[in-house]
Amino acid sequence: MKKNHVKIFPLGDNALTLSFGNEISPELNKKVLKLANFIEQNPFKGFIETVPAYSSLSIFYDVFRVRNEFSDFETAFEAVKTFVENSLKNSGKINKKKSRLIEIPVNFEKEFALDLEFVASENDLSPEKVIEIFTSKTYRVYLLGFLPGFAYMGELDAQIATPRKNSPRKKVPKGSVGIAGRQTGIYSLESPGGWQIIGKTATELFTPEDENPTFLQAGDLIRFTEK
Amino acid sequence: MSLIFQKSGILTTVQDLGRKGFKRFGLNPNGAMDKTAVRLINILLGNDENEAVLEIHFPASALEFNESAIIALGGADFGAKIDRNQIENWRPFFVEKGQILSFSTKVRGNRAYLTIKGGFEIEKWLGSSSTNLQAQIGGFNGRSFEKCDEILFNEKAKTQNFDYFVSDNLIPKYKTSPTIKIIVGAEFEFLTGLSEEILLNEEFTIANDSNRMGFRLSGKPLYLLDNIELVSSAVDFGTIQLLPDGQMIILMADHQTTGGYPRIAHIISTNLPILAQLGANDKIKFELISLKEAEDFTLKFEKDLNFFKLGTRTLVRR
Repeated sequence: MKKNHVKIFPLGDNALTLSFGNEISPELNKKVLKLANFIEQNPFKGFIETVPAYSSLSIFYDVFRVRNEFSDFETAFEAVKTFVENSLKNSGKINKKKSRLIEIPVNFEKEFALDLEFVASENDLSPEKVIEIFTSKTYRVYLLGFLPGFAYMGELDAQIATPRKNSPRKKVPKGSVGIAGRQTGIYSLESPGGWQIIGKTATELFTPEDENPTFLQAGDLIRFTEK
Repeated sequence: MSLIFQKSGILTTVQDLGRKGFKRFGLNPNGAMDKTAVRLINILLGNDENEAVLEIHFPASALEFNESAIIALGGADFGAKIDRNQIENWRPFFVEKGQILSFSTKVRGNRAYLTIKGGFEIEKWLGSSSTNLQAQIGGFNGRSFEKCDEILFNEKAKTQNFDYFVSDNLIPKYKTSPTIKIIVGAEFEFLTGLSEEILLNEEFTIANDSNRMGFRLSGKPLYLLDNIELVSSAVDFGTIQLLPDGQMIILMADHQTTGGYPRIAHIISTNLPILAQLGANDKIKFELISLKEAEDFTLKFEKDLNFFKLGTRTLVRR
């Protein structure tokens, strides 16, 4: 896939995906969120929801309504595609949302940091040095996915990047802070999972009683602090 | 007015047409696997088509009615009985106070749906009655039913006689070895020529570890021309992903919201109910159609359904 080349393709027969490229970069992710905001504020008839990801935005729609509302298009896909292309031109004009800066305290003690020693030895560092590097950087929430409220964040310093476990754990405790490659994330619920666990937070990431059911949202900036 | 679970059944949950608008928070939509069945039986009884229903797997639940009610069943046929009398799918039935609804055999399909006229009393979470088993929230206390559970419903039966039912043309063409229609996915073009041929001509078997999250398929492996590393992006109910071992997984109602495996194809919306009624060891074949054709199937179905809605409205109110 070419860099920064916009592609729009069907995601099944009732959604489409606009891809800005196949890479993890704050610039592309900002474009995604900007377009998502614009479309949510200026939806078309038959619009259902958007799903922003690293470098792509997916838009779900009601085929029956779109076909009835935009009957001069051959398909609902063509109608929504045209709408999205126009939105992309106009979304440049709106002011971008300011990112929130959020601190998340993490407990790095041995009983919670299940893979900290492994991450340290894989990278020829001491566990203390891994924590120091990990907490020295501000991370961007690129998207929520996998579990309700699970935030994919990046980018980790290459010195502590560690691949996923060869065989996933059957149960990763809720609140576990993990590493996968140069991504970091927090398990919002107990779940099976293959990320390398280096600590645990008491911050509730899944907040089902709230209108926005998650603590974090895409575009947030995160700093981890040692508890 | 309530139903008491005399038998829990292996997996009975409250579902509706799904939780819309929260995928961007990582919340999967949940909802019934066979949404067409849910819509049809709800409309049949004059309910909102999104009214909460019970989704029942086999071995199924047994339910005692402690007040009279009007019910309808759809989807799988599990040999339903009210006390000793066999009852059919897709028709309204009057159940007397004290009677028991049970299911005797797995005749066809894997998910039966029960709705009740006037609806169950279920508190909605984020606009939906569907159960999120993973987050243990929504539906009935976020879980599947257990023996002795009691679920409340809103309306005592008023009439006992019905002369209407769901017409055949609306009921999905359920089969145990169906040919399922698909459209291409973003990475379809990266399949090798041979893999494309296999996908469109060979038979695949639904593997044992298939569930509400996804159906794993087993069959001849498929390969891509190149190793493709994708950053995660949105996926949907019906997305067919190619796993690193060359086997496919079809994402189902409890799918994760995002994924990074190549999306080689998507099941068309109007064929999802047929797929949803399959279980382990059932076989499927795929037929590729165009996006326009897929959309036209949806349009035709929705038009027929609207016609049915208009018809039942006059009947139910009578």
